[in-house]
Amino acid sequence: MSEPSLAIRKFSDLANPTRFLALVSTVWPWLAGLTLCLFAIGLYLSFTGLGDYQQGETVRIMYVHVPAAWLSMMCYTVMALSALGTLVWRHPLADVSAKAAAPIGACFTLVALITGSLWGKPMWGTWWVWDARLTSVFVLFLMYLGLIALNRAMDDPTRAAKVSAVLILVGFVNIPIIKFSVEWWNTLHQPASVIRMDGPTIDPAFLWPLLVMAIAFTMLFFTLHILAMRNEILRRRIAVLRRHAARSAGDAA
Amino acid sequence: MRLVAEGLSARRGEDLIFQDISFEIAAGEALVVKGPNGSGKSTLLRVLAGLLPAEAGTAKLLAAAQPVERLSEAAHYLGHRNAMKRELTVEENLAFWKAFLGDFANGAAVSVDEAAESVGLGSIAHLPFGYLSAGQQRRMAMAKLLVAWRPVWILDEPTAALDVDAEKMFTGLVTTHLARGGIAIAATHQPLGLEGVKELRMEGFVYAHPEAWA
Amino acid sequence: MIALLLRDLKLSVRSGGGALIGVLFFMTVVAVIPFGVGPDLNLLSRIGPAILWIGALLASLLGLDRLFQAEREDGSLDLLLMQETPLVLTVFVKCVAHWIATGLPLVIASPLLGLFMNMDEVAIGATTLTLLAGTPAITFIGAAGAGIAVALPRGGLLVSILVLPLAIPVLIFGVSAVYAAIQEPAPFLPPFLILVALNLFFAVIGPVAAAAALRLSSD
Repeated sequence: MSEPSLAIRKFSDLANPTRFLALVSTVWPWLAGLTLCLFAIGLYLSFTGLGDYQQGETVRIMYVHVPAAWLSMMCYTVMALSALGTLVWRHPLADVSAKAAAPIGACFTLVALITGSLWGKPMWGTWWVWDARLTSVFVLFLMYLGLIALNRAMDDPTRAAKVSAVLILVGFVNIPIIKFSVEWWNTLHQPASVIRMDGPTIDPAFLWPLLVMAIAFTMLFFTLHILAMRNEILRRRIAVLRRHAARSAGDAA
Repeated sequence: MRLVAEGLSARRGEDLIFQDISFEIAAGEALVVKGPNGSGKSTLLRVLAGLLPAEAGTAKLLAAAQPVERLSEAAHYLGHRNAMKRELTVEENLAFWKAFLGDFANGAAVSVDEAAESVGLGSIAHLPFGYLSAGQQRRMAMAKLLVAWRPVWILDEPTAALDVDAEKMFTGLVTTHLARGGIAIAATHQPLGLEGVKELRMEGFVYAHPEAWA
Repeated sequence: MIALLLRDLKLSVRSGGGALIGVLFFMTVVAVIPFGVGPDLNLLSRIGPAILWIGALLASLLGLDRLFQAEREDGSLDLLLMQETPLVLTVFVKCVAHWIATGLPLVIASPLLGLFMNMDEVAIGATTLTLLAGTPAITFIGAAGAGIAVALPRGGLLVSILVLPLAIPVLIFGVSAVYAAIQEPAPFLPPFLILVALNLFFAVIGPVAAAAALRLSSD
């Protein structure tokens, strides 16, 4: 690895764990507050808005489902960027970021799957359809779980981070292929039997609550993410302190 | 040809294993790395072999017969494990490494038979590696150093499982290697019986500061 | 490189028949399906290609975690990492050897198993052909998983979990191509060519990712 350029070093200085923790402690109450406000507005709009004339009240599920699905993908993108940070700049915070994002992403994906399934029961008459979208989101969910399992299976956090980074990037390259192939497969097996969620053009009456909810979910993600990163940094500090304690006891004996 | 290491440090997990190690070895010289268990001898050798990234510092081979990007390309590494397959015969193992490793620019290696002969086990080279005793296996791993010419030998506890005779034999191998203008770096507890070697003492851990994640 | 290929082939023959176990597993998986779905020959011939593909997919994942783990255990991996030869190339050659030793026997065994599944000649031919084109892709993408498994204290099962989602496209296009060959209106070539393209694509990213994982996890 060649000497990092000045700009990158400066960036690393800014992003060192202590400063990050300081930043988190000032930022997170604001972020959390903002998230709460947005959720209040978004939920109010979602529940007071009109029901769809075709889908009835179930359309309200969409206000949770769509943002969750959008976040399931954004979270993976954040992880892929962190993985690049780990492999290219070898930045410890990038390790922490990728590791902290995985469970959050898995949760959002699960929410997207469950709400999709709840919506599917009255609409399609069944809890699960092997629809292209559902299927590719399900595969994404499996990948999140695999990544979490991989991180858990290794003791040394730095090595775990590097190896997972490779897998995250391989997955990132693969996701479009999986999506494409699942769509191919779907049209082959059940042509035109699938009701698309994004029917005709969306009415502004539905768009506004959806947008507010999407921003609220995104803020929720960032709040959870920086808090999870803080926890991970603290966890690693504790690990270092414990090892230190064990060693100094060994030296004394 | 000179091997120059400057300000090497290495980290394992959170701990700095060693810090700021510098040395220089010229062709025909050997360096013996000494120190108590866990002082970072193996880590140093693995850093030199390019198997672990150095936290800081560089190790370079200067004025080599062919330009090398990494020191490891010009080096043999004999670690704790023998890098031989139990299922294959000794001959097959050695022939594979001979073909795969190839010779470095300024020298030619001996044939598989000769190599087995020089470690004193020419008569059993046709046996599967798994049938050999631990000491014999170690000797055959040393024969691997002979089948492909590399100017630098990096040896981690080379004589750990060997008896006195085998140790002498190994000292002979290293002496011949140095006479051909090679370089040897060995980590060992036992005296290798080499004359006029440089010595490097490793002190031990530089523990991670509790604020390492600060 | 040829030396590495030959050594890996020799090893797979000598080390208790890795190839044989793969084929045996393949046969067993295919053989238990009729017990699950019933001995209806029409049904079996309809789902036969899919069963063969799933069986082959699982069987080719079987020995993958040992691909680099075995090299690491006896220290050979260190020497492979040190050389001037690009590690990606070394990994690629190891994948090819692994495929010849475990993938190719599956392809060869598949026509026989196709007969058990009451498939007709076209279906058997198409399945064999798509397996020939598709199983290398599974090995290549699996190599990425195998590279990661090296860092794990207990690899095995986790590799399959990590690799299977990535192998879904291969399965989809392999099976699509077979069904396209059997059912008249659908053209055989597009899915088959995509399968070949996937193969080439995975032949690049698999070894690159595996090499990166091996370098990063060496200790």
